[in-house]
Formats: sequence, structure tokens, C-alpha cells
Amino acid sequence: MNRNGWIALTFHALFIVFILAPIVVVCVVAFTPEGFLSYPTHTWSLRWFRAIARYPEFVDAFFASLWLGLLSSAIAVALSVPAALAIARHRFPGREAITALFLSPLMIPHVVLGIAFLRFFTEIGLGGTFAGLVISHVVIVLPFALRLVLASAAGMDRAIENAAVSLGASGLTTFRRITLPLIAPGVASGWALAFIQSFDEVTMTVFIAAPGTTTLPVRMFLYIQDNIDPLVTSVSAAVIALTVLFLIVLDRLYGIERLLAGRAVGQDDR
Amino acid sequence: MAFLALEGLTKRFGPYLAVDGLELTVGQGEFVSLLGPSGCGKTTTLQMIAGFVEPSAGRILLGGQDLAGVAPNRRGLGIVFQSYALFPHMTAAENVAFGLEMRRVPRAEREARVREALALVGLAGFEDRFPRRLSGGQQQRVALARALVIRPEILLLDEPLSNLDAKLREEMQIELRQIQRRLGTTTVLVTHDQGEAMALSDRIAVMNRGRIEQVAPPHEAYERPATPFVASFLGKTNLLAGLVRDGADGPVFVLDGFALPAHGAAPGPAIATVRPERIAFADAGAGLAGTVAARVFQGSHWMLSVETAAGTVLVIRQNTGAEMPREGAAVGLTWSPQDMAVRRAEP
Amino acid sequence: MIARRVVPWLLVGPALLLFVAVVLIPIAMTLLLSFHRWGQFTGIETVIVLDNWREVIEDPYFAEMFLRTFRIAVLVTVAAALIGAPEAYVLHRMRSPWKGIFLLIVLGPLLISVVARTLGWALLFGGETALVNIVLLRLGLVAEPVRFMFTETGVVIALTHVLVPFMVLAVWASLQRMDPRVDDAAVSLGAGRATVLWRIVLPQAIPGILGGAIIVFALAASAFATPAIIGGRRLKVASTLAYDEFLNTLNWPLGAAVAVLLLVALAAIIVAANRLVERRFAQVFE
Ligand SMILES: Nc1ncnc2c1ncn2[C@@H]1O[C@H](COP(=O)(O)OP(=O)(O)O)[C@@H](O)[C@H]1O
Ligand SMILES: [Mg+2]
Repeated sequence: MNRNGWIALTFHALFIVFILAPIVVVCVVAFTPEGFLSYPTHTWSLRWFRAIARYPEFVDAFFASLWLGLLSSAIAVALSVPAALAIARHRFPGREAITALFLSPLMIPHVVLGIAFLRFFTEIGLGGTFAGLVISHVVIVLPFALRLVLASAAGMDRAIENAAVSLGASGLTTFRRITLPLIAPGVASGWALAFIQSFDEVTMTVFIAAPGTTTLPVRMFLYIQDNIDPLVTSVSAAVIALTVLFLIVLDRLYGIERLLAGRAVGQDDR
Repeated sequence: MAFLALEGLTKRFGPYLAVDGLELTVGQGEFVSLLGPSGCGKTTTLQMIAGFVEPSAGRILLGGQDLAGVAPNRRGLGIVFQSYALFPHMTAAENVAFGLEMRRVPRAEREARVREALALVGLAGFEDRFPRRLSGGQQQRVALARALVIRPEILLLDEPLSNLDAKLREEMQIELRQIQRRLGTTTVLVTHDQGEAMALSDRIAVMNRGRIEQVAPPHEAYERPATPFVASFLGKTNLLAGLVRDGADGPVFVLDGFALPAHGAAPGPAIATVRPERIAFADAGAGLAGTVAARVFQGSHWMLSVETAAGTVLVIRQNTGAEMPREGAAVGLTWSPQDMAVRRAEP
Repeated sequence: MIARRVVPWLLVGPALLLFVAVVLIPIAMTLLLSFHRWGQFTGIETVIVLDNWREVIEDPYFAEMFLRTFRIAVLVTVAAALIGAPEAYVLHRMRSPWKGIFLLIVLGPLLISVVARTLGWALLFGGETALVNIVLLRLGLVAEPVRFMFTETGVVIALTHVLVPFMVLAVWASLQRMDPRVDDAAVSLGAGRATVLWRIVLPQAIPGILGGAIIVFALAASAFATPAIIGGRRLKVASTLAYDEFLNTLNWPLGAAVAVLLLVALAAIIVAANRLVERRFAQVFE
């Protein structure tokens, strides 16, 4: 039951249709038995999902995206945790400017970052390498991790750590036994958000991905640029299904709005 | 004999002087309170003793040793924080055990001491509860047990009872005092509650704006406040403006025709401080004349405010069942000379 | 103690080094790149000239393209506010578990690949699967099929879909801070529902709407995948143009100039908007 009137509920229903329509359409068309784009009106078929396996370009791209996402989010979190603790706990000259710098990939258009990375990596000989891809992804997903870790570090009572120190714990022990467990939810969700951001990123990556290091979204984008067929639809449907699964788990663990509130600005959503 | 000594302890935050040349000694087994209004630098002082805040100047000596180079985790002090600062992801027992773990106390001994400490604060059977499932008073006790179990050289308490409701606070005061007496742990308590400081302490250090104004046993500070601030901060007091004159038997304090001997006071305008409970009603026509403006019954005593030519005077009388003057009644007020402190009025 | 001063620097150090090396330096290099000369046969010449900037500023092709970019961004922002703000209010008034479920449905798409979402619009707009036109024709809202693919209309609709969750999120957050009893107080004073909405709720939601608008505008103006897929090769916006210069024409300096101009224009607009919002609504933000 809710307190919205029927006008509000009608609007809400239309809004939900608007939000879900394109996502649902992709998933439905993916089951077409035909060789062309169409709705599976008579029977559903898995032929286009099976077809994915015959296109190593998508399979390879999927694994490239997976490793890239895992690696870059892990590095981003590893860098974010100490940085967030310094920013939340210490007052030092340049603190504000440094925080702004760390969050700047949220504000800079990803096209600009793509161009900047392309130029830079070409100059230093990392052009088209997986290492370059990882470095660039660490930079663009770090703000997401940082925000969530910062939020949990800032929300922590300083006295709790002081209590541990007064009981004889060293700095490292305090971090391991007290600080880390207490900011763990922020760290875990920061990692998850960073992973998804890396996994979905296309605008920046399209500039620096080489044939051997193409990620799944870039592969999908380039494919769609040429033509749209049921194959790319089934790939998209698989990606949507994976994301939704991940999302439901995340929502259970952390709450979607809390997760997203930390990312008021995301970049790759266009 | 000084066990803990603060010598010229000073803390500046930028240009702001939070703690200003504190001098204080605490004897072994003594219970000393730092009492003062909010923002006077109590917590900062405690944090300097604990090692979390670095002094700008001055020394802290523990058993004769300067603590300056000693890291906070090596000072061996027990601290109870205002917010309790329990580890939320550990059970009561794990909280209490943490300090022992850090000291590498063998498991068996550790468990015994944890149980003993929790029993000491009346929490036997609560070992496996997580903090969020304990009441405020129980959390407070866990925090106390956690600080005591390491057998600290000094117990530091920062407003430990201020988050409890009035009734629980009184119970905890009594308990705290008993535990401290039993263990003989040297204790420094920070509080802004004068009742708490007086109930618990062997001596009170009254602080104001980063300075200690008086260090004395509770009754002494109350009876003979060293400064007007101490007088007004410790309990209620009346400040009466009058004149000191030389009389036949030495100086007298004169107030609207009512005169009392004031030994040692210099002639001139002066201010007398008198506790409200030391003021009695005089026989008709005698004493300082006034009119009862209001009276409030408070169970064990009455509070009356009396309008006089020297201003409003607060009077507290024990409830002995005797009749009290009603509002509007004309009364005379009197008190004995030794209940009055006379100070030269600042020009 | 000196050691304590060093601690925060040790902590931020690794990330700071990375960001200086991989954000500040490359951006500076891009800025520099936009001043280099490019020739069909000579490639990039490392000289400092204003050629690219002159071209970008004087050639009406670029003016039209930037105009289109910002026109699309404004339309998307308005559309997102018009549908996102009411939706946030509806969500705000829902009870659990519906609130949680619909919040997940509305915000969840933010985490779904933008390519997949845009593909959905491409399917809905064109070919055999053009459901939008089928519905419009059935309802009699249009007489003949509307062109969505390769038009600004199509790009605006798809981008609104992609970005509206940010508006919902921002407005939702500002509504969360609202004291629900204020509503009741207004009603108890005799206000009707419309009055409450207009006089009580909207003023409190406005900081959220403006905050959301800034985010949506910035993201719409720098959008890439959606305009590239829905707009196609002819309907260029700043991002897709820069992409073309870089990966097709290979005129990097010109592409860099377009990108830098986009960055500067966006930064100026966002800073100005932020100023305005903060000054105008400083009291509401307290
Ligand atoms: N880290 C700090 N930086 C600046 N000022 C501080 C800091 N800590 C405390 N202060 C100031 O020092 C004064 C004393 O604070 P504190 O010791 O906490 O007072 P108390 O515990 O007596 O209420 C206050 O005015 C407070 O604002
Ligand atoms: Mg304090």
C-alpha cells in the first residue's frame, strides 16, 4: 500500500515502462529464432546465445574486461584506502586540492581522458598494452572507490582507534584489527562499484584499446557501429543478466541508493 | 608523593590557548577530578596524558619518568571514553580481552581475567553480547572493564557517565567509587558535573579557560573557594556588594544597615560570597531586610528567593517540617561571619 | 614531531604520484597537442601554432556541432528534470518493500552497460523491432512513422533514459533530508495537496533538482556511445567528432582542440552553475 494517488501511480507506471523498455527489448530480441532482428513471437530460441561461443572476439573481450575490472578495481581500492584515511583523518596542506584531483576523473569528459591517455601512452611506449589499459582504468574508477571508503572512514569514531592504541595496539595492529573491519563495508562496496565502472567503461577505453586488448563494451560498440544483428543483442542480454545478478547481490549487501549516493557523478553513462 | 605530575602543561591550537600552564600532581591511588565548564580544556589535558595530543609545552611525569618520548600504546594507561568507543565488531569479552592480547597474556589467564573483570563491573554472563545489543549503562561497564583489565597505572575517565540518565548515573557513581577504592587504581576523571566530581574525588581541580583555579578536596573547595569562579561553579552562591569599614573590634562588612565582622578585610567597596544554605531567617527586625519573591518546594529542602536592597538573595532551607515564610512576607536574613568570604570589589 | 607530518603524505603518496603522472601530465600534453600542426603527409609537427584553434572557432561546421551538443544537453537536462523529479517524489512517498524494489529498478540501470541500454533504443527506434512507432501509430498519436534513428529527437530520448536516474537520485537525496512532519504541519494548517506540493515540497526539492541538472547536463554534453549509436555518423556531437579526428582522420591536434574546448566550456558552465546554485540556495543547503 502506498500514499500516492492514481495520477502519481499512472505516471510512475509509465516511468517504469520507459526505464525498462529498452533493457527488456534487448533481452527479448536476443531469444529470436530468426536470422534477423525480430521479436520471438512463435518460439523462443537460444541459438544466438549459443552463437556467442563461435565468436572468440566476444569471448576474449569478456575475459579481457573481467581481468581488467578485477585488477584495476583491486589496485584502485588498495590506493584509495590509505588515501581516504589520510583525507578523513589528517589536516595537511593541499588536502582539498589533492581530494579534488582524485575526484577529477568524475568531472573530466571521458573523451578528453581517452585522448590524453592515448597521447601519453603512445609517447611512453605503453600504447595498446594491457598495462596501459589497467593504469587508465585505475584512474577512472578510483574516485568511486575513494568516495565510498571516505564516507565510511569519516563516519567512524576516532576514539575507537584511540581506545585500541591505549590498550597497547601498534599502528599496524590497530589498522588491521579495528580500522579495516570497521570500514570493510565501504571498502567492499567501493571495490564492487569500481569493478562495475571498469567493466562498463567504453568512451575512454575505445581510444586506447588495441585489437589484442579490446574490452567487451568496446567490442560491442564497434560491432554495433557496423551493424546491429541478433548476435550483439544476445551478447548485450548476457551482459545485462550478469549485471542484474551482481546488482541484486549488492543491493542486499549494501543498499543501492547508499552505493550510488557516493557516485553523484558517474561518467560513462551516456 | 606525586605519582603523576603535570608541569606547566600547555596546548595551543594555532593561536588559541586551550590548556595554559597546568600544574597538577596526583598521588598513588588517588582519585582526582578535572572539573570545569565545557570547552575549558579538560579533554585536551586528558588526551595529552594519554598521548593522543602532543603538548605545546610542559612535561608529564609518570612515576618520575617523562612521558614525552613514550608512544601512546606504550603508556599503559586505561582510558574510558565519553562515547565508550567499544569495538562494535567484537563481543563484550573480546573487547575486554583486546588489551590482554596486545600484552600477549596466555589464553587461559586471559580468559580468567576477562571473566573476572566483567564480573567486577556486574556483567557476568554478558560475555558474548555485541555492544549494540547492550544498554548504555552496560556498554559503559564494558568500557570500564576493558580499561581496568590491563591493570593500568592510571585510569583516565572522560565524562564517562554523561551519556547515562540521572538515576543510572548516580548508581554508576557509587559503583565506580567502590571499584576504584577496591583496586586502588590512580584515577583522573574529567567532568563538567560538579556533583559527580564532589561525589567521587579525593581532590578536585577546578579548571576555567585552560587554567586550574583551585585544587582541593571537595568540601574544602566548596567551603573556601579560592576564586569567584570556583565559588559560582561549585554549587550555588550569593554575591553581595557592600562596604568594609573599620569598626571597634576590627573591620566589618556593611550591607544596607546590616553589619557582620569581616576579619582581615581591607576597608572599601567589597563583595561577600555566601552559600544559600548558610543563610537563616533572623528574628523580626534584625538581619538584612527583604521580601520573599518566590518559594519552591524541592522535597528535601526549600528554595526561596528574597528581594533585598543588595539584590536578589537565594536561600536554601532544609525541610524540617517547619513553616516557611510565604511569598510577599517580610523577612530578615542573617548568617555567621565564618560562612562569608569577603573580597575587595574590582573597580 | 616530524614523523606525524609525514604520515598523511605517505598515505596519499602512491595515489598522488599516479594521478600526477597519469592525469595531470597527459592533460597538459593534450593541451599542448592542440597547438601542434598536422599535415596529411607530414603527420604531427611539434610546433606551437594557433591553426587548430582558429579552425575550431572560425569554421561554422564546428560552431554548429557545438551548438548541437549543448542543445541536446539542455533538452536532456530539462526532460530528465520533468520526469525524474516527480518520479523521485513518488518513490519518496512509497512504502517498503515497494520503495526498495522500485528504487532498485530505477537506479539499477546506471550500472548496466550503456552500450546495451542504447542498443535497446536502437531496436525500439528502427527496423523490424521499432516498437515505439508501432505503439504511436496504434494509439493514433501520429499519422505516419516518426524518424528517431539518426535524429536529435532519438538521441535526446535515449540520453534522457540513460541519465534520468541521476536526477532521481539527486532529488531523492534532497527529499530524504526533508522532515515529513512539515507536510503534515502544512496540511494541518489547511493546505490542500497541490498547495503542499507547490509551496512546501518543491522549494525543498529544488536544490536536488539543480544539483541533478548540473550532473545530467555535464554528462549529456560529454556523452559518446549513445550519440554515436543513435545519432550515427552524420549527427556529430563534440565527443564523436573528437573520436573521428583521432581514430579515422588521424588529425590528433584538431581532435585535441575539440576535446579541450569541450572540457573548458563544460568546466566554465558547471562552475558558473554551481556558483549560482550555491548563492541562490545557500540557506536551503544549510
Ligand atoms: N584539534 C583541535 N583543534 C582546534 N581546537 C581544538 C581542538 N581540540 C580542542 N580544541 C579547542 O580547545 C578547547 C578545549 O577543548 P576540550 O579540551 O575538548 O574542552 P572540554 O573537554 O573541557 O570540553 C575548545 O575550545 C576546543 O574548541
Ligand atoms: Mg570534553
